[in-house]
Amino acid sequence: MTDLTLGRAAGPSLKQRRQRAAFWFLAPMLIALFCVAAWPLLRTIWFSMTDASLSGLYDAEWTGFDNYLSVRTLSSGRVVYRGTLVDPDWWNAVWNTVRFALISVGFETAFGLVVALVMNAEFKGRGLVRAAILIPWAIPTIVSAKMWGWMLNDQFGIINDILMGIGLIDQKIAWTASVDTAMTAVLIVDIWKTTPFMALLILAGLQMVPRDIYEAARLDGVHPVKVFFRITLPLIKPALMVAVIFRMLDALRIFDLVYVLTPNSAATKTMSVISRENMIDFDKFAYGAAQSTLLFAIIAVFVSLYIWLGRVDLSGESQR
Amino acid sequence: MAKIELKNVTKSYGAVEVIKGIDLEIRKGEFMVFVGPSGCGKSTLLRLIAGLEEITSGDLLFDDQKVNHLVPSDRGIAMVFQSYALYPHMKVYDNMAFGMKLARADKAETDRRVREAARLLQIEHLLDRLPKQLSGGQRQRVAIGRAIVRDPRVFLFDEPLSNLDAALRVQTRLEIAKLHHAMDDTTMIYVTHDQVEAMTLADRIAVLRDGKLEQVGTPAELYENPKSIFVAGFIGSPKMNFLTGSFADARGCATLGARPEHIELAPDGSGEWQGEVVHAEDLGSDNYLFVEIGADEPVVVRQPGKLAIPYGSRVSLQPQAQHLHRFGVDGQPLR
Amino acid sequence: MTRNLPSRIAFYALVAVIVLFAVFPFYYAIVTSFSTGTALFQVNYWPKVFDLANYKAVLGSRNFSRSILNSVFIAGCTVGFALFLAVTASYALARVRFRGRGLLLMTILAVSMFPQIAVLAGLFELVRFLGIFNTPWAMILSYTIFTLPFTVWVLTTFMQDLPVEIEEAAIVDGASPWVIITRVFLPLLWPALVTTGLLAFIGAWNEFLFALTFTSSESMRTVPVAIALLSGASQQEIPWGPILAASVIVTVPLIVLVLIFQRKIVAGLTAGGVKG
Repeated sequence: MTDLTLGRAAGPSLKQRRQRAAFWFLAPMLIALFCVAAWPLLRTIWFSMTDASLSGLYDAEWTGFDNYLSVRTLSSGRVVYRGTLVDPDWWNAVWNTVRFALISVGFETAFGLVVALVMNAEFKGRGLVRAAILIPWAIPTIVSAKMWGWMLNDQFGIINDILMGIGLIDQKIAWTASVDTAMTAVLIVDIWKTTPFMALLILAGLQMVPRDIYEAARLDGVHPVKVFFRITLPLIKPALMVAVIFRMLDALRIFDLVYVLTPNSAATKTMSVISRENMIDFDKFAYGAAQSTLLFAIIAVFVSLYIWLGRVDLSGESQR
Repeated sequence: MAKIELKNVTKSYGAVEVIKGIDLEIRKGEFMVFVGPSGCGKSTLLRLIAGLEEITSGDLLFDDQKVNHLVPSDRGIAMVFQSYALYPHMKVYDNMAFGMKLARADKAETDRRVREAARLLQIEHLLDRLPKQLSGGQRQRVAIGRAIVRDPRVFLFDEPLSNLDAALRVQTRLEIAKLHHAMDDTTMIYVTHDQVEAMTLADRIAVLRDGKLEQVGTPAELYENPKSIFVAGFIGSPKMNFLTGSFADARGCATLGARPEHIELAPDGSGEWQGEVVHAEDLGSDNYLFVEIGADEPVVVRQPGKLAIPYGSRVSLQPQAQHLHRFGVDGQPLR
Repeated sequence: MTRNLPSRIAFYALVAVIVLFAVFPFYYAIVTSFSTGTALFQVNYWPKVFDLANYKAVLGSRNFSRSILNSVFIAGCTVGFALFLAVTASYALARVRFRGRGLLLMTILAVSMFPQIAVLAGLFELVRFLGIFNTPWAMILSYTIFTLPFTVWVLTTFMQDLPVEIEEAAIVDGASPWVIITRVFLPLLWPALVTTGLLAFIGAWNEFLFALTFTSSESMRTVPVAIALLSGASQQEIPWGPILAASVIVTVPLIVLVLIFQRKIVAGLTAGGVKG
């Protein structure tokens, strides 16, 4: 067998063969991703520069940046600005989204840290806590929206019942319907649902911290609070940064919770919600496409800034 | 079965050159050991011969045929890995037969070879087990068995004993030596960082340092005529004593090397070197005395049998002149 | 736990609060789902009635059972398709050194973090063009945008953890990359495949935006859309009983699965998270 192969002219080397195989292994995935991600994204951007409508996708005409901003001077000399960038509804949605993302991720990080620290301690029933923690994560967003919608119901909701029972409020609050509380309602549900995810990611980071560091600190008599801020926090910072950006990206694109929990409330309408509303419900397809393109651009800028400023190692190469 | 030649072989990862031009001929049926400190490139060299890494420049020849670009399975090699690398989900039999199955070999022939290898290694009773049901020593035998079944021209070992405990290591070392005798026409290349393994197993040893060959020779040659201070210090245990300054000047060299077993205790201050015992290690069969004679480090003296010399006592040492090694400032031996 | 009693009590109180917050909403949904009529509109902290009427109503309606079937079919197909493509791709990404590998991994991660609304218009056109609007295939196609990058990413981290020497032993034995994947790595990876598949399944099962946009008839809805759009006899009346019963029906299997596989799920989540 060996004599035969030795006589043969040198074929591709092991490295070449493996790289060739890698190419064929990757190709189907790349094609699939191109079809469902890259191509639709490009088409969305293209639609955003046309006047396409739901029924007339193909007789769209090129309108350039008019969906974003157009300036026209009327014969009377008045200058009229139109487009998303001067649309107060859009800026309201931007503000809602940013506010929602910052507050929810802030609370989730804080709560997630607490839960992770608790789960990192050794105590009886730790498995039970982990199981309990996973429940909000496993519940579909729509289901949690409905569940909380019921609990936050103004007339029959248990939240109002509890709050009135302990005397915190003296009249029932229409949590999801009132302009003042709708955002709070959305935040409560989102924080409830995603803190577990945050906690698990932070816990994984905590578990990478060698135990003897804590023991050494304890032998040196360092106060636990100081240990947390001086040792634990710096050590889990990489894991924390990654967890925060994951959640942030998720929060910036939020759609389902808002759509189901507080339908048609201007106080909570986010960028995703308003884009889809224009695109599908109001038959301003191209206008909605422009808004979703803007959302994409905002997120892209945000991610670049975050990675650049925070030097976040998303690929995790340095941890190996 | 195969003669292996390396001609000016180099290997670089990007700008880092790890193998810096190696010329070496390994004879048919020879047991060659690559030895050196960690990071010297010995494992890389083995992987180049195996074909798991690509040679950057130079030629690799098996029986005068260039094999640089042949994939590992076409080179007629078999390899035993440090971690055994058994397929965890396959029974021992399937582990050993996997290569032949992939080559679409005749079933009866495969079965014959597997059973023969199992018999040779006395693992016939383990054929139906999974690797996780085996002990470390048994796993290593299966790994060797898997290599035997391939009926290779060249047998490669990459530190196969370093995962075993001390007792098992000695025993398996013996097994490998027996295997070499049983398969005396198969060339074997063995990588280790342990010079005892090298000395006990090798027909010839290649000492590597920083990606270069430092010296190639039989164990006796390396022991008796090391071609550099590095080899002199690496081969032999305990390590050779190196003396500089006036001790070396007295013999007309920059560094004087004296093996612990070549220094004798001289009676009543009649020896060349005088000093104080600062430490002693009793190994039962031997005694290692650490004697402070005013050199950079205490001189180690190996004395057979039991010698009750208390700490702090003054002794006189006499090196055996015919066994001294003299090195110049460049680290090369002086003749 | 060597600290003194008060701090231990405080610690366990904190544990109790965490568990209560995590579990109570679902518990309350279950309690409510068993009440009908006026019992529904009284706040009950403990189960007082046990009435299966809501469940009968939900399961009795053809459309909801249809929705469950739709969801199972769609999530199953999506996960199968994603795993099929991801196994080979993640082998290439985890095991073969080639230029641009890091960039490719980052791109894949970026796609999984994509705002899905940004592709909605383009996908809508594609779905219309392929003539699969209002069919399960529209969802299977569009869910690939998040299941595929996710499975590739997680499987890549799992694959990187398989020992190199086993692969090299297989190479010496003459195994091609395809043989290494199918006959050496896959048998070792099946726990990882189960975990990844389960996580992707949950993701697909819970998806709402695409399912809402790409379906028009009630019989084509997936479970989340069906629950979100469940309406009562009149427009004004929200059928809370059936909604919560439906919620419990679709959530209990998920929770059971998650609890069975909890260790593996935590490993999978963090493989997709902390390591990258």
